[in-house]
Amino acid sequence: MLESIGRSVLSSLRGSGRGTLLLCATLGDLRYAWRMRAEILNQMQVVAVGSLPLVIVTSIFVGAVTAVQAVYQMQAYVPMKFLGTVISKSVFIELGPVLMALVVGSRLCANYAAELGTMKVTEQIDAMNIMAIDPVRYLAMPRFLAAILMIPVITIFCDTIAIVGGYVASVVTLDVTSGTFIEGLRMFYKDSDLLGGLIKSFIFGGIIAMSGIYFGFNTEGGAEGVGQSVMRAVVGSCLSILVADYLLAIVLFQIVFKGS
Amino acid sequence: METSNSTAVPMPPPPNMRLGDPSTHDGVAMQGVSKRFGDMVVLDECDLLVNKGETLVIIGRSGEGKSVLLKNLVRLQEPDAGGIWVEGREVTGMEPPDLRELRKDFGFLFQGAALFDSMTICENVGLMLKEHTDWDRERIRARACECLALVGLDDADDKLPSELSGGMKKRAGLARAIVMQPQYILYDEPTTGLDPITGDAINDLILKLQRELGVTSIVVTHDMAGAFKIANRIAMLNRGKIVFTGTVEEIQETSHPLVRQFIEGRADGPLGVF
Repeated sequence: MLESIGRSVLSSLRGSGRGTLLLCATLGDLRYAWRMRAEILNQMQVVAVGSLPLVIVTSIFVGAVTAVQAVYQMQAYVPMKFLGTVISKSVFIELGPVLMALVVGSRLCANYAAELGTMKVTEQIDAMNIMAIDPVRYLAMPRFLAAILMIPVITIFCDTIAIVGGYVASVVTLDVTSGTFIEGLRMFYKDSDLLGGLIKSFIFGGIIAMSGIYFGFNTEGGAEGVGQSVMRAVVGSCLSILVADYLLAIVLFQIVFKGS
Repeated sequence: METSNSTAVPMPPPPNMRLGDPSTHDGVAMQGVSKRFGDMVVLDECDLLVNKGETLVIIGRSGEGKSVLLKNLVRLQEPDAGGIWVEGREVTGMEPPDLRELRKDFGFLFQGAALFDSMTICENVGLMLKEHTDWDRERIRARACECLALVGLDDADDKLPSELSGGMKKRAGLARAIVMQPQYILYDEPTTGLDPITGDAINDLILKLQRELGVTSIVVTHDMAGAFKIANRIAMLNRGKIVFTGTVEEIQETSHPLVRQFIEGRADGPLGVF
């Protein structure tokens, strides 16, 4: 039992060490970004365009559900003019960045792990190595950069659609007037809410990319190995996002933006 | 990796395994290379010499570690112990930038060709030129087409790997391996899974590359007819060690029990079946 726990701890530490080295190598290879711009743009398209339908549907319902829940909880105690405030703050600070990281991130993370894992088990990464082409520069760096740049863009898109979804749900089904909703939206708006959410989504983008890349590069075996890697990558990414969300909430909203 | 229950047979020392100082050898030298995966020892203090300009064929049963040996040679897998030298340069312990430079001298034909799925055949073949030369697109394409023509794939340049048959993929992989005119080419089962005619065409290509370009080749294969055709020397790997090396004539005449059983393809003998 103790031996098994010790082995798991050692294995996790080894994995963390290898993951950190991969992250350092990827960050170091950012200096080749201009040379690799075509591949980076291609990957940005994979992140953004491929995720669009998922983002739109998720965002509309996130906004609408937030409105319904807020009205239910506020109706007896809080004036409806605060409805827009509640929705915008929830979406900008938490729901937009976290839900996009979990929903779009899982899709992206699975995509990276499956693609790189398949390349690993079919010796394509070995082929790249023997061709003296660094797989970190050629495969990891463009995916990492695409994720950290595009996840915040997707989050802005999500925030906008979610607010629209919340507005439509409020006005059409919850008897809140358009003016009341917009007044609430403007009332306590702070740039730091939006900025905090974007900083979170930028970091979540890095977590999503590194999880998919790390597990993809370390795939062993055949189709089963690829499946395992995808599962581990998605689980690892989701758990890391939730932990990072808590830490970032403390750093950003208790320290950096406190009093702003 | 299959486990072998073969009987231990006293091994005569292979004729050219007296390495001397491997760092002075002008080809490829492996000395005492060991590799294990978990508890399974795949290479066990393995020694091997490959002379410059020759074609050395490595034979051995499936799962004996022939592909592992090839990958250890260029450090696609890291050896656990031992040393590897290429033209006197020690590969083991080489820093990544030096290793990348060294690998430019190598071509590698993988068992499954390992073509990049997302690229056309022409892009696959031209990738190394794109990365390591300042050639323009037209020149790269022309060179890639030239290599594809050499392997008989004149019309396949704009196809994706998924559109090619197994034999065509192998030939495309070979075109990719020779595009930078490497000094060394490593072939991992180049004719496995191919019909006899395509297999023979691949063997002819290996011979042609050696004769016309002076390439040093290391070929892993089970195909004995092909091995006799292309080899200058043949080495047999068994239980993680090279147990025999010799010329085609020497291997055909040897009384070494493991080698005889293997080249005659007999189930009964010291190698065992399972």
